[in-house]
Amino acid sequence: MTKVLHLEAINRSFGDRQVLRDVTFDVTAGRMTGFVGANGAGKTTSMRIILGVLAPDSGEVTWQGNRLTREDRRRFGYMPEERGLYPKMTVRDQLVYLGRLHGLTVQAVNRNVDDLLEWLSLGERANDPVENLSLGNQQRAQIAAALVHDPDVLVLDEPFSGLDPMAVDTVVSVLRERTHRGVPVLFSSHQLDVVERLCDDLVIIAGGAIKAAGSKDSLRDSYAQRRFALVVAGDAGWVRDQPGVTLVDLDGPRAVFDLADGADDQVVLRAALERGAVRSFGPVTPSLAEIFREVAR
Amino acid sequence: MNTSSAIRLIAARELKVKIKDKTFLISTILFLLIAVGSTVLPAMLGGGASSVAVADSASATTLRDAGLEVTQVSDDAAAEQAVRDGDADAAVVTGGGEPRVLAMDDAPRDVIDALSSAPTVQLLNPDAVDPLLAYFVPFGFAIVFFFTSLTFGLQIAQSVVEEKQTRIVEILVASVPTRALLIGKVLAGGLLALAQIALIAVVTVAGLQLTDNGAVLSLIGPSIGWFVPFFLVGFLMLAALWAAVGALANRLEDLQGVSMPMQLVVMIPFFLVVFLSDNKPVMTLLSYIPFSAPTAMPVRLFTGDAAGWEPLLSLGVMVIAAAILIGIGARVYDGSLLRTNGKTTFGAAFRDKESRRLADLNS
Repeated sequence: MTKVLHLEAINRSFGDRQVLRDVTFDVTAGRMTGFVGANGAGKTTSMRIILGVLAPDSGEVTWQGNRLTREDRRRFGYMPEERGLYPKMTVRDQLVYLGRLHGLTVQAVNRNVDDLLEWLSLGERANDPVENLSLGNQQRAQIAAALVHDPDVLVLDEPFSGLDPMAVDTVVSVLRERTHRGVPVLFSSHQLDVVERLCDDLVIIAGGAIKAAGSKDSLRDSYAQRRFALVVAGDAGWVRDQPGVTLVDLDGPRAVFDLADGADDQVVLRAALERGAVRSFGPVTPSLAEIFREVAR
Repeated sequence: MNTSSAIRLIAARELKVKIKDKTFLISTILFLLIAVGSTVLPAMLGGGASSVAVADSASATTLRDAGLEVTQVSDDAAAEQAVRDGDADAAVVTGGGEPRVLAMDDAPRDVIDALSSAPTVQLLNPDAVDPLLAYFVPFGFAIVFFFTSLTFGLQIAQSVVEEKQTRIVEILVASVPTRALLIGKVLAGGLLALAQIALIAVVTVAGLQLTDNGAVLSLIGPSIGWFVPFFLVGFLMLAALWAAVGALANRLEDLQGVSMPMQLVVMIPFFLVVFLSDNKPVMTLLSYIPFSAPTAMPVRLFTGDAAGWEPLLSLGVMVIAAAILIGIGARVYDGSLLRTNGKTTFGAAFRDKESRRLADLNS
């Protein structure tokens, strides 16, 4: 059995408002799964249901094919959307406490805390109360809290919000190291560029329903239209008259266009060469932001 | 890891945090000072036997036999001078034949008694309590129960709000049952409160023994002995409700308002016992009402108004009330702990279905 966290047809309403509709997706071992959606799309609700902080109205969450138990969840690492640790407890004390609550022995937890503090560059602040830390360092401590018990699964709600680019890189390297050990990682983010850079798999949610889910590459392929960019020496306006071409964008010598099925991109290239020099020509892969806009529409 | 080791970890954290807490340290020290002050200080101030300056050696012997501190001087004038200089509390002069007692502004009772022959006194109610003690003992029990119960109750509530406000509760609930969180907190609070009042009890008893107040001790000792179990049950009875009001608040700022009914539940019995301690029917009633029994019953035992079986019956009533109130408190705590948006009422939290669905999910 592969290590898969699976959500099956999860529904959830708050009063009359249905916030999740038949939410189904997988988080696979050793892969980073980005969870994207607008505010209020249902990301946090889904994550809270995975962690057993909220109950689904119907549907279930399974881990390695079995329904989740509290014992399984104790081996999960969770970073809630709204951050917080005990303000007056030192970083080290609370990491040790949380590690112990997740079932680790004193020796194991001390070893993990030392490693994490070093990795997250928090070693010098280990004996400071959390309330005395800068926001960025508090965020690092929060990530350490999710990782302290060597979790089998990681569920992180907006782990990068509030981090400077350096800290993002630090956290990314820590998360990468976990996926290399075979841990499935689910993380949500508003920052589509970060998600694009990081994730292997992608789940897009809008209005409480999953709009797309799968590997980043396969999603790209399925949402890629036959789109090309052409840069010539002169004005590229003539491209619009070529058979099968739908012009998307024209800016002097630069043209972006979609080609109808069956039309040959090489025909357009030859036509360009006949008119003069061609500086560049090639297919355009859609960015995550474009796919997201397309899917969530 | 099982629930009981989770409870141990949680209680250990609470203890560690609170022992470092200033409120706890200050209130403990304050109570100890009061206990020492009210037992040792009067003996020191009312301070022992009077010192007497006397010239006549026959009088000196009489006074010495009465346990007074006697300074023998050369003549009556020297004795008078000793009083004027403040070297002695009193002087006994025999210039005119009959001894006269000289003092500055206060007739020294013990000197007068030593020189006069008192008529035989027969007390008809020898066990009757000194009226001053009769006033202070109920006040003492009431104030210790009131402050300790309020302080530690509020601390349980604050600790719950803190976890809720910082949302660390989501991480906790994902790994341990809410029941473990509640029990851990209540145990830690109960343990500290019990340690504090046990310490006060020990200091009070030791203080009375040290100052030779054996008579008072034999009167008050059994009441103190009963006060401890009454206090413990009384505290645990309310502890889960304190946790519940903590869970109903979203922020520490809300706690004052949300916990007001609980503060009244502790405060009203305090005033009733203090102001009505000489009203026997009312005190009898109060000693069976679970909220006031922890104070009222030890007071009745002290004044000798309660029969031997009464504290047991009252304790039994309290244990039943505690079982009910702990059940209600635990349910409201579960029902409101994870509700963070908007105000949660006691009733809504009691009827909450989410927590029971979660419990089913995790069972």
